[in-house]
Amino acid sequence: MGYRAKITSLLVVAVLLIVTFLFIDLGKNWDYALPRRSVKMLAVIITSVAIGFSTLVFQTITNNRILTPSILGLDSLYMLLQTMLVFLFGSTHVAMIDKNINFALSLFFMMLFALIFYKFLLRGEGQDIYFLLLIGLIFGTLFNSLTSFMQVLIDPNEFLIVQDRMFASINNVNTDLLYLSIAVMLLAGLYSLKYAKYLDVLALGREHAINLGIDYDHVVKRLLIIVAVFVSISTALTGPMTFLGLLVINVAREFLNTYKHSVLTIGTVLFSIIALVGGQLLVERVFTFSTTLSVVINFVGGVYFIYLLLKENRSW
Amino acid sequence: MVEVKNVSKQYGNKFVVKGVSLKIPKQKITAFIGPNGAGKSTLLSMISRLIKKDEGEILIDGKEIGACKSNDLAKKISILKQSNHINLRLTVRELVSFGRFPYSSGRLTKEDQRHVDEAIRYMGLEEIEHKFLDQLSGGQKQRAFVAMVIAQDTEYILLDEPLNNLDMKHSVQIMKMLRKLVDELGKTIVIVLHDINFASVYADYVVAMKDGELVHVGPTDQVIDRSVLKDVYDMDINIQQINNCKICVYFS
Repeated sequence: MGYRAKITSLLVVAVLLIVTFLFIDLGKNWDYALPRRSVKMLAVIITSVAIGFSTLVFQTITNNRILTPSILGLDSLYMLLQTMLVFLFGSTHVAMIDKNINFALSLFFMMLFALIFYKFLLRGEGQDIYFLLLIGLIFGTLFNSLTSFMQVLIDPNEFLIVQDRMFASINNVNTDLLYLSIAVMLLAGLYSLKYAKYLDVLALGREHAINLGIDYDHVVKRLLIIVAVFVSISTALTGPMTFLGLLVINVAREFLNTYKHSVLTIGTVLFSIIALVGGQLLVERVFTFSTTLSVVINFVGGVYFIYLLLKENRSW
Repeated sequence: MVEVKNVSKQYGNKFVVKGVSLKIPKQKITAFIGPNGAGKSTLLSMISRLIKKDEGEILIDGKEIGACKSNDLAKKISILKQSNHINLRLTVRELVSFGRFPYSSGRLTKEDQRHVDEAIRYMGLEEIEHKFLDQLSGGQKQRAFVAMVIAQDTEYILLDEPLNNLDMKHSVQIMKMLRKLVDELGKTIVIVLHDINFASVYADYVVAMKDGELVHVGPTDQVIDRSVLKDVYDMDINIQQINNCKICVYFS
């Protein structure tokens, strides 16, 4: 099977799942249910694109296929921001109430953090991937600890507001953010088009990339910011989904068996849509909401992750 | 011409390359020799902008490399490092095609395909061009990487120990091919070599380094000399004339 056939078959599965999701058990009140389901669907697609693309780019930059951008501690930072806003200003402050302002704030701080983080990533020539991992993990843990510290101190009623943000899932998507997200993502997407052609070469590693005429530091810095934007969008929209990116990108790699990012990007996004919509269908129809989407995704992702580790281990 | 002016590189307090000035002549093979840790690879990496220099200037055709656009440089100078681990699953042909990136940004034209075909033929890789890199032996892999550099078709080619992992047959084959690139196509090649006999037989100029400094620079005939080599390697090396070539017998 060529790429085209494989991508087409993925597309068919994705569309089938989406249609099933939209029209299953629609009942009589379709004029009520359909718009609500469509909004969910739109959120799923945005999240899929954001997670798939950001993970792919991040793995290419770091030359490592078992990393996800969550190692940068961006989703921990998001939680810290939300908690801190409530802790400092209370849940009735405009930064918490107005979701657009909240979104803009989150986006700004996540990108700022990514920029500072980038200094570590590319400091000097001996950029060491394990150093990057370590710093990311430490910051992530620091943010988590600070978050729980403040959550313990705040008023229990306020805590409920924060908790609502913690377990954001597709069932309570921030509808207000949908249009803003689409706008930001289109902008970031257009911006990244300029750098898309470099991705294949970047995957060869730093030295080959420079030899082939890529302004490495410049390009990697821009791509890292794009990753931060996409991660921020997906986090602000549906909440942290650690394993989804890892899961879909590796499935896409195995399935498509290519290094070409033009094909991989589409494959990864389609697999994320399949995973998210499929997972959501499972949650709604099989488990009847007794579990959350994150649990399903993290369970499947976790199992696959272990398989991946064992497999990589054998190939060494 | 590549001109290196008073270039230094420091890691902590230690100078890896110290105040090196050098002119690399055009359309010749210049070999860098010297013991491990002499700074040969570091110097090569600085010339090819892989690492930044702390001091000094490096001019390529009269222009400082820091002031050139990276993509323009990639059409002028290419480098192959000694360890080339790649995380991707590529076939030989796909790898060689990457060499055309500076010209085509990933969309290969007919002209690019011709260069790729030529590079593959030069390195004798026709039979394995559709095999994946991880199925190849060390030597085949090395040849594939050299082919990629040839496909890049630059005036200056820097090679950091390209004979690593290669058997005698392929080492000689590569050196002969480099000789051909210089004599027929007018390329300028700078190569780091550990086996000084390869330098003696195939190079036009030899640059001998030790502890980050130049010890001796000159035509091959002058540098492959008992007293010079004793300076560089601290070894008494017996030099024999065989078939009009100077052969160093360094086994003792």
